[in-house]
Amino acid sequence: MLPLIVVVPLLAGVAAFVVRAHRVRRNLLLAAAIAHTLLVASTWFAAPPAALFGWLDLDAPGRLFLSVTSVLFLASAVQTVGYLRAEEGQHDAAATSSGWVLSRVPEAVFTGCLLLFLTTMSLVTMCQHLGLLWVAVEATTLASAPLVYFHRDGRSLEATWKYLVVCSVGIALALLGNFFLAIAASGKIGAQPAMTVAGLIDAGASLHPAWVKAAMIFFVVGYGTKMGLAPLHTWLPDAHSEAPAVVSALLSGAVLNCAFLAILRVTQVAHAAGAGDFSRDLMLVLGLVSMATAAVFVMGQADYKRMLAYSSVEHMGILAIGIGLGGAGVAGSMLHAVNHSLVKGMLFLTAGNILAAYATKRSSQIKGILSERPFTGVLWMAGLLAVSGMPPFGTFFSELIILKAAVDQGRFFVAAAFLVLLAAVFIGMASSILPMAQGRAPGAESAPRESWRAALPAAVLGTLSLALGLYLPERVSRAIHDAAATFGGF
Amino acid sequence: MQAGLDAALIVVVLTCLNLLGSSRVRHCIKLLAFQGVALGLLPLFELGVLTAPSTVFFVAVGIALRGMAFPWLLMRAQKQANVRREVEPYVGFGSSLLFGALALLLSAWLSIRLPLPHPPPSPLALPVALFCGLVGLFLTISRRKAINQALGYLVLENGIFAFGVMLVHGQPMLVELGVLLDVFGALFVMGIAIFHISREFDHIDADRLAVLKD
Repeated sequence: MLPLIVVVPLLAGVAAFVVRAHRVRRNLLLAAAIAHTLLVASTWFAAPPAALFGWLDLDAPGRLFLSVTSVLFLASAVQTVGYLRAEEGQHDAAATSSGWVLSRVPEAVFTGCLLLFLTTMSLVTMCQHLGLLWVAVEATTLASAPLVYFHRDGRSLEATWKYLVVCSVGIALALLGNFFLAIAASGKIGAQPAMTVAGLIDAGASLHPAWVKAAMIFFVVGYGTKMGLAPLHTWLPDAHSEAPAVVSALLSGAVLNCAFLAILRVTQVAHAAGAGDFSRDLMLVLGLVSMATAAVFVMGQADYKRMLAYSSVEHMGILAIGIGLGGAGVAGSMLHAVNHSLVKGMLFLTAGNILAAYATKRSSQIKGILSERPFTGVLWMAGLLAVSGMPPFGTFFSELIILKAAVDQGRFFVAAAFLVLLAAVFIGMASSILPMAQGRAPGAESAPRESWRAALPAAVLGTLSLALGLYLPERVSRAIHDAAATFGGF
Repeated sequence: MQAGLDAALIVVVLTCLNLLGSSRVRHCIKLLAFQGVALGLLPLFELGVLTAPSTVFFVAVGIALRGMAFPWLLMRAQKQANVRREVEPYVGFGSSLLFGALALLLSAWLSIRLPLPHPPPSPLALPVALFCGLVGLFLTISRRKAINQALGYLVLENGIFAFGVMLVHGQPMLVELGVLLDVFGALFVMGIAIFHISREFDHIDADRLAVLKD
């Protein structure tokens, strides 16, 4: 079962590179996405056995993150098919008139890389071997770099180069973290522990504490770069704003989670080795810095896709704070990771529709989405409410859990900073999104009608997030608490 | 073989310092090749004798990749992209060298603070590996051209490789696979990106990639 979840998108991805007919390739993408979702869904009913000497094993957090990734990918795949169709027409007609559609990466490469990207992300969620985990995280960068460079212009190239260099350096540091951990483990008398999470946890107290701490710093810096924690987030706004909307949705909703999961796996080891407090404090500080950075850059942000990217930095900060608090905060983080992925997927897909309709990324040039394109406008407004944690969306409850954990522990400074920064980001985003949605568009009556199909994937993701806020099914709730228990919370 | 090991490590330190201070792209690539050969020989000096076939293979592959293949790729990228020959750093050569001296002190201090559970093959092993990594990091962020950033990244990888090969016991697969995958994958994709940058902009100055900002 587990190898199948990796192999299906892998084979489909390789096939996509060679299939020549657009129609067949697009159907292949959809089929692979659906098959992946079904396979992942089946793991909720029968726990799949571990594979590859126990290096691949789907535990509670892995299953949670894999499911979110799979759902998000399915929505993105549906959107991609429509997007590629639309771009195909535009490519010939409008290529010269609007400056931002120049030429693009051949569709076969794009689809193939998209599927390989899914392969690598699935692999990250089920890795129990820290070396293999590192390889998988590295592979997500390499598979997604061509996706960012879809439009083949100077801006997307710049974004791709920054993404590659910054994430490669980050991942190189994470490799050094792996080595440090191996040294920490090599002091043990007798048999060397394997570099699996379980093996290192067993070795526990016999790990050398100073080396574990040093390893932890390198892991958090390395994978934190990929997760977009400030001040290591510099690649994130560029890549998210220049990539096609579907890729931004996946980068923000899935790949950041994968990097987060990688950090969590390492913190498991740190807890067992007695460096739990150290790693929690590290996450707490980085989380607060991320939220503050996001708040500064969201204010007055002229480009709405960049604004969404900075909102991702903020939410990664929230996740890190939940982990940093420990206890109930961990469950809050798990729930928030799920909610954030759904909401940010919805927002980026909607942003893609807005970009396709208005051909500008500047928020100030767009007015009256609600009156002109009601579906898109409603989704855009709902997205604002959902992403800023308004009830009854799921994000409200997850943020409340984290806030409550801070207050219960008597960390009033953290709680106050958390609230102030949330409010600041909300004001920043609202002052950009509301004028876009409201008002009247000047002289744009001739614009073609929106298609409900383009808005459908975003609507589904939004509905899911709303549903998670209104009613958390017992199964999901248990899965979230199991996941939190894995990382020492409840 | 302690003497051989120490000699190779000193070559690594000297090439790092020279990289910090040299102004020609071609010279930098040659230095990288030199450093690559010294690093490729490390497993040989560490084990003393070439007995196990796997060691022979490891040494051969290491030298072929680090000493020849990667520098050749960079050289080719430089010719194709028709880069001007000066390095053009953000941070001047004098300051870069000063950084080198400070980094050397810092890595010596760190290696005192981090006692190794196993005795290292040479007392120089830990500080030199850390120093090489620090210099690589510095070269990546302080140089203007895409090609020099890729070169800095390779030096960083060299440091990590030196660390892994001399100090990590019992996880040979982790070291070999990890480093090779990292370098191979990243360099491959970076090479393609450099090619596109040169075609798109007629230059590979990464500092002119500055449209995207807040």
